[in-house]
This record gives sequence, C-alpha cells and structure tokens, in this order.
Amino acid sequence: MIRLNPKMTEKIVFFLLLVATLVIVIPVMLITVMILTNGAGTLSWEFLTQPPRLGMRAGGIFPAIVGTVYLVFGTLCFALPVGILAAVYLSEYARDNWLTRLIDIAIINLAGVPSVVYGLFGLGLFVSFLNFGTSIIAGSLTLTIMSLPVIITASREALNSIPQSFREASLALGATRWQTVRRVVLPNALPGIMTGTILALSRAAGETAPILFTVAAFYLPSLPTSIFDQCMALPYHLYVISTQVPNIKPGIQYGTALVLISMVLVMNVVAVLIRTHFRKRKLW
Amino acid sequence: MSQDDSVRMKTAIRIENFNLYYDQFRALSDVNLEICERRVTAVIGPSGCGKSTLLRAINRMNDLIEKVRVEGQIFVDEAPVYGDHVDLVALRRKVGMVFQRPNPFPLSIFENVAFGLRLHFHSSPAERMERVQKSLEEVGLWEELRDRLGGFALNLSGEQQQRLCIARAIAVRPDIILMDEPCSALDPVATQRIEELIRFLKKDYTIVIVTHNMSQAARVSDETAYFYLGKLIEMGATQKIFTAPSKKETEDYITGKFG
Repeated sequence: MIRLNPKMTEKIVFFLLLVATLVIVIPVMLITVMILTNGAGTLSWEFLTQPPRLGMRAGGIFPAIVGTVYLVFGTLCFALPVGILAAVYLSEYARDNWLTRLIDIAIINLAGVPSVVYGLFGLGLFVSFLNFGTSIIAGSLTLTIMSLPVIITASREALNSIPQSFREASLALGATRWQTVRRVVLPNALPGIMTGTILALSRAAGETAPILFTVAAFYLPSLPTSIFDQCMALPYHLYVISTQVPNIKPGIQYGTALVLISMVLVMNVVAVLIRTHFRKRKLW
Repeated sequence: MSQDDSVRMKTAIRIENFNLYYDQFRALSDVNLEICERRVTAVIGPSGCGKSTLLRAINRMNDLIEKVRVEGQIFVDEAPVYGDHVDLVALRRKVGMVFQRPNPFPLSIFENVAFGLRLHFHSSPAERMERVQKSLEEVGLWEELRDRLGGFALNLSGEQQQRLCIARAIAVRPDIILMDEPCSALDPVATQRIEELIRFLKKDYTIVIVTHNMSQAARVSDETAYFYLGKLIEMGATQKIFTAPSKKETEDYITGKFG
C-alpha cells in the first residue's frame, strides 16, 4: 500500500474532477462541431423554404420545419394552461393529504415514463379511442402529456419562491384566495413558469418517439391545413433520411440536424434570457 | 383612564372562552377579554406566549395554517368571527393588519395603496386617486412621495415601507387595525415615528398591537394585556399595569425578572 501525501492526493482529485467535467463538455463540442462543419454547407434559402424532392435526396425541409413549429405551438396551447392551473392547485390550494401525495407520485412517475411509451399511449388514446387520427392535435396532446410533469414542477417551484408575506398581506386586505393568486402570486411567478415551459417545449420539439405513431408523416406533398391533418416534423424527418433513404448526401442529414438543434438552442437561450432578466430585477 | 371611562367605551372586539390548538398543542387557553373602540390596546408577554396567535385569531389569519382548531368565540362589532356563515372578506375588510416585516407588494407605491380599493370598490380613477392620497396623508407619506407614486414600493426605506403598509391597510377604511410587532424590523428613530403615527391613528381606528418591547407598550397604548403560556394573566389600563400590577407574574415580567 502506497501512502500518498496530501498534496499528491489533492492533485489527483483535482485531475479526476476536471476529467469528469470534460466528459460532459466534449460530446457537446463534438456534436456542435460535427453538425456545423458537415451541415452548414447545405444550409441555403432553398433548403429552408422548399419541400423535399427526388425521394428526399434534393430540395429542402420546409414542411418539416413548419410541422415542428405547429407541434411546439400546439403543445404550448395545451400544456401551459393545464400546467399552470395544476401547479396553482397543488401549491396554493391543496392541503397535505393522501390525494395530494398521490398526485405528487403520479407526476414523478409521469416524468420517468420512456418517450416511446408516450407515443403508444397517444396512439391508443388520441389517435384511436378519441378518433383524432394521426394528426397535429393527437401529436400535440401526446407531447403535452410528456411535457406536463416538467412544466408543473417548474411552475410549482416558481410559485413556492413567492414569499408567504405577499399572500398574507393580500388575504389580510380581504382578497379571496383566487384574487391573491391572480393579482399577487401569479404575476411574480410568471417568469419562472415561462422559463420552465420553454425548456420543456424545447425538449418536446426534438422528441421522435411520441410523434412517431401520432402525427409524423414520412412525406407530404403539401402543408397541413387543419389540426386534424398529419404533418412532417424535423426529428422524424431526420430519422427517415438517416435510415430509410439510401444514397442520400450526408449534407442533407447534417443540415436537418443543424436546423433542429438551432431551434432548440434558440428556445433555450430565450429561457435563459428571461431568467437572468428577472433575476436581476428581483428585489425581495 | 378611570374605571368609569372604560364603562362608557364601546367594545370593538370581545373574546369569549377562546381556545386555540395547533394540532395537540394548546396555544391559547380560555381567553376572555374586551378591546375598546378607538383605543390602542397592547398585547405583551414573552416569546411563545400566544400573543401573535391571538392577534391572528381576530382576522382569522390562522386559517392558513393546517391543523388549527378553535373553541369559543370572538366577536367583532358584536358579529361572530368563527362559524360556517362568516364572510371572511367582509371580516378582513373591517379588520386590517400590519405585519412584523414591512411587506409591500412588488408594485408601485400607488398600486400598493390602491390594492384593497380595487378589490372592494368599483371606484373611478379619480376617486381612487383621492383615496390613495388621503391614506398616504394619514400616514404622513404624501408630502415626500407625491411626486413619485409610480415608483417601486420595494425601493423605499424600511420605515416608509411600513408606513405604506399601514396606508394600504387603512385605504379600505377598516374599523380595527391589528399590528403584529410593527416596529421590530425598524431602527429606534423610525420606531419612534411609527409610534407617533399609532397614537395619531387611534382617533379613527381601534388598534391592537402585539409587541415584545415593553417600553413601546407603555408609550403607545391605553390598555395592556399580559399573556403568559397562552393565558391572559392580567389586563387593564396601561398606566396601572406598568405601575401597580395586581398580579405577581405581571410584576415579575414588567420589572424584567424574566422574559
């Protein structure tokens, strides 16, 4: 057994900690660099605004971009109100009883469900049982259910960070619970709720499995015209051109990946900007 | 104040055989007392004696805490405070509250004072402005803040914030103001000025003030109630409590033998 002196141990520990941290950074760098170097050349106005041609070996990815935007927007429309209302109920109204604890467990478990299971669940409930067919609404609702645990958890944290003294002041003035929530608690919690929601949506934007059976189309000649239409979507399109289309130029695949991660990155940056802006302003 | 005076005074708050439990713990035991209209009543006693609990029982702020149970009754203006048909909104409009730490909303100065008005009155902007001005005048803030009513309330000094909280409470024209150690977060000079304000406000409002500061109770109040371990030990004219208390426990506390 070799006894190391403390200085030596310190150096080894420092080195191990640094390596562990680099393990996180290196893949991010590699992904970014590889996609940028291989994909940037493909990016063009035509690539962003034209539908695919020649069995997706040429043309652009416009329908997939539009489809993903629709899906993110649809998910926002369902997930934000439900998420906020559920978080308000849990943080402001619910007492600590068996029902609240059951809901807590359900939320934690929902967050742990694999995304392909959400896809199959969406197929069963929205596509078949509710008869929405493979459609934007079915896909958005599936992504909504997947995003809800994150949105609810982030919203509850935002609500819990509002000092109790604000609630007391409002109630003592004769405000009802709901007036207190609407006029005092929610406006101050909104930045935190928005940050959490955008992060959850950026995650939903990149998911493939939940949209696989519920909305995504292999190829569509025209854009969807109603929420009951199918649409193309970037993650699924990327999967398709990477596995189902032989003899395709790799530039198209990398270009598609670049567009997808750029969208996700922009959403994350917006979320971070909202957070830093309001953190600077925060005065209590 | 002589005995005859207090007989003529109208009772604002009457507390009858009142018990309050936090789960199993009995925080208030068989409290009976009457608080007179347009007087300052101080509630004193060592930490944990139930004085804040009593104050929060009057406007039912204790409802926010789980597992609170009460027995007995409190009457505000002869109307019961506890019961299934009590209108909490009406009660809290009548009984305002000022807290230990100044807690203005993260809004403008104007919107802080107008908060209660927006809840309870359908007034025009002009009427609202008038009400806000009047409330700020009453607490002595109008002259210094009249030109920056749109300013952020949390940028004010601690004393200004506490005055603003008092203005916010009186804007809805309550009959009673409950003050829970309103000066404990303020420096001595600010404390002195808030005490002056309390003495000034009693011409229009019934004030109940909880304080751990005995000299403050002696300075601002007309009557004093001394609590120990959830029980009312003695209540009477402040002057009498501080000079010739009738109970030994009160005397020990007043003279600083413990507490």
